[in-house]
Amino acid sequence: MNDMVEVKVNGESRAVARGATLLELLESLALDPRAVVVEHNRTIVRRPALAAVTVAPGDAIELVHFVGGG
Amino acid sequence: MTTAVETIRDVPFTIGGRSFHSRLMVGTGKYRDNDTMARAIEASGAEIVTVAVRRVDLDRTKEEGVLYHLDAKRYFLLANTAGCYTAEDAVRYARLAREAGFNEFIKLEVIGDQETLLPDVQGLLVATRTLVAEGFKVLAYTNEDLVTALRLEDAGCAAVMPLASPIGSGLGLLNPFGVRTIKRRLQVPVVVDAGVGTASDACLTMEQGVDGILMNTALAAARDPVAMARAMRQAVEAGRTAYLAGRMPKREVAMPSSPLEGMLD
Repeated sequence: MNDMVEVKVNGESRAVARGATLLELLESLALDPRAVVVEHNRTIVRRPALAAVTVAPGDAIELVHFVGGG
Repeated sequence: MTTAVETIRDVPFTIGGRSFHSRLMVGTGKYRDNDTMARAIEASGAEIVTVAVRRVDLDRTKEEGVLYHLDAKRYFLLANTAGCYTAEDAVRYARLAREAGFNEFIKLEVIGDQETLLPDVQGLLVATRTLVAEGFKVLAYTNEDLVTALRLEDAGCAAVMPLASPIGSGLGLLNPFGVRTIKRRLQVPVVVDAGVGTASDACLTMEQGVDGILMNTALAAARDPVAMARAMRQAVEAGRTAYLAGRMPKREVAMPSSPLEGMLD
């Protein structure tokens, strides 16, 4: 059995380790959890919960932050 | 003889229970570089600074968000829902923005038309009701229609933001009467958002009695954004002071300023 699963991160397919948490996903992407907001299958996951939520195949994850705007 | 500059007594600029020292609010988009943006914002004297919510660029993780260049302790960050075309999307972006952890204020945009970026007022009302129920302080970007502004106030907006002219157009204040009427009829603050192009536009807008102005492109697209920011700061102050001073009535005939008496034979 493959130990990687496919998820969508910001609209792009990515392979992540089976059973990885959202916090581990951020670490693998070299993203500071304090600098992004995580939406997991349309639900916002607060920072303290990132280590408790594991990703499943087909999950849609959005990682957003503030950019310049009017 | 000494001269002293008298300060005009003004009411505080308060939105959603928070008072701000500057009536000029500025955006952070479209600057040629971050250093110019930071210096322009500084020169503008603005305290409220808008930002947008977007995906992190996963392939260029070195590129920091706008917060890397702006001191979030010094400025009051006002997130927007720019780019949203439905109430549902706008609510989603607002929730993400709030989660970023700064405040419960949101500059709500629900756009109805791609070419003009004019607001979808129905979507705006739906999103406002949802967000107000969730505890947001909603500042709604709208057109200069009085009835929509009244409905937005009824729906619980913390401020209503009629446009001067379309976003990024720089066409200035196209409907002073509409904006003035909204200001006269609403209890909540009225902040003109979008369309101001240069200092005279800002001054004229403030002379209508509105509580403040939000601008972005007028600074970012100026040849010298820092100098324009300074001009805008002065224009907003001048327009506000002129409004408080109460302008002379307009008349269609001349009135001599010098005495008619004492003329030579």
